[in-house]
Amino acid sequence: MGELRLMKGNEALAEASIRAGMDAYFGYPITPQSEVLEYLTREAYQRTGATILQAESEVASINMLYGAGGAGGRVMTSSSSPGISLMQEGISYIAGSQIPCLIVNVNRGGPGLGTIQPSQGDYFQSVKGGGHGDYRLIVLAPATVQEMADFVLDGFLLAEKYRNPVLILTDGALGQMMEKVELRDQVDRSVRPVPAWATVGKPDSRPANVLTSLFIQPEEMEQVNIALQKKYAEIEAAEVKYQTVHMEDADMVLVAYGLSARISRKAMELCRANGMKVGLIRPITLWPYPYQVIRDAAKQAKGFLTVEMNAGQMVEDVRLAVNGQRPVEHYGRMGGIIPTPEEIVSVLERMYASAS
Amino acid sequence: MHEEVIFAGFGGQGVLSMGQVLSYAGMIENKEVCWMPSYGPEMRGGTANCIVQVADDEISSPIIGRFDTVVALNQPSLDKFEHAVKPGGTLIYDSTNIIEPPTRTDIDVVPIPASEESVRLKNTKIMNMIVLGAYIEKRGTVKIETVLAALRKVLPERHHHLIPLNETALNRGRELARSGVPV
Repeated sequence: MGELRLMKGNEALAEASIRAGMDAYFGYPITPQSEVLEYLTREAYQRTGATILQAESEVASINMLYGAGGAGGRVMTSSSSPGISLMQEGISYIAGSQIPCLIVNVNRGGPGLGTIQPSQGDYFQSVKGGGHGDYRLIVLAPATVQEMADFVLDGFLLAEKYRNPVLILTDGALGQMMEKVELRDQVDRSVRPVPAWATVGKPDSRPANVLTSLFIQPEEMEQVNIALQKKYAEIEAAEVKYQTVHMEDADMVLVAYGLSARISRKAMELCRANGMKVGLIRPITLWPYPYQVIRDAAKQAKGFLTVEMNAGQMVEDVRLAVNGQRPVEHYGRMGGIIPTPEEIVSVLERMYASAS
Repeated sequence: MHEEVIFAGFGGQGVLSMGQVLSYAGMIENKEVCWMPSYGPEMRGGTANCIVQVADDEISSPIIGRFDTVVALNQPSLDKFEHAVKPGGTLIYDSTNIIEPPTRTDIDVVPIPASEESVRLKNTKIMNMIVLGAYIEKRGTVKIETVLAALRKVLPERHHHLIPLNETALNRGRELARSGVPV
């Protein structure tokens, strides 16, 4: 068993990145994730020699990530919604150049500068491509402080396995709350080999490594896209992750991720205490999305309710999975307001009434 | 066991630390714990609160609206959270600074003259620990020994000379809760 600590989500994520053997972090402060940069500045260099750098902007951070990732480093940046929007050009370039890296979005209320409170308004941006072109990020959605820590090394390994950027999509509440967390052991930075594709200086023994997203000939660009799509299909086949609770007899299904899944779980407990057979599907990977488990649930369930801290974004993916077979409703709060379990219960009660 | 409690007061009264000490103590006793600070514009307005849950089983929502125990250190917090105590629950408050006392009769109301007592102990900063002592006495969520062990973990090393004073404050709070001080 690893070391147990009581930590804020942001601190647990930062500590996990040190322990994951991260080589470099580039970031720019923004509420509600500034603890990540603060923690790393305080702790990382003297423990592992990792480079921690406050860049002059989010645009600079993501391009530093592009460069350091291209040199084969295990690299991370973090920000919150407006900062992540600024990074989108760089993210598209990194995806096009197939460079592994980890990006953390501690989602706050939008649009625009918005609020500093928790939100899930960046779902579309994260899973449908916030930047230009046909690319995908692997998107992980933690729901506990433990997962805030665990998904860091998991994210690095996925990024390196597929040479693809990975995004941890979390929110201000998970960043600020404290829970018990079991930390993994320190990964030794020095034992990770430099990847064969990295641009670290060309020896005479091999041709030059080139990392680029620019392929000026359309025929060549199409072949690059075909290769990318093949990779994305492999990820969709192998990396879908979700959690189900009480789905064995559920006639009404909540679908929610991250903080909303925690609140939905409480609503489910309240409903179960009153004899309502509510179940929960919690997507852990938002891309690739767990369509199949939702499709299977549609065979027995009367209806679905997504709970999100936005105006209804993931509900579109649930509707794609259910494909019109059952009603799919959405309940959400916006702009930094968090839904309460009681609000969700009353929506479910109404759905039961109209289903019978 | 699943205790749902909110600590509420002005910024600077130490409500966030009370919650942290309780959470840490819960962790030492091998329970599931969750500490959720108030997070929003109200932080800028000078009031602060944190929701703490200590449970034998997995904790679902970190955000809840009904509490087994409300601990209120000022009038606005008392006004805001008195109605949120579950029937049969406990309401503990610093009675020194309260003009309008609580009115509910379906809950256990525990006035603690904590500010006054902290002046008597010659350090107003340990008011929160007096109230935490009263909380532990009333609710028994964790053992008092564990709270002391948690203090050693939560307080930075440079403040460890204050541990005996904190211990005195915790014990004073327990006595006040036991003796049932008149309002």
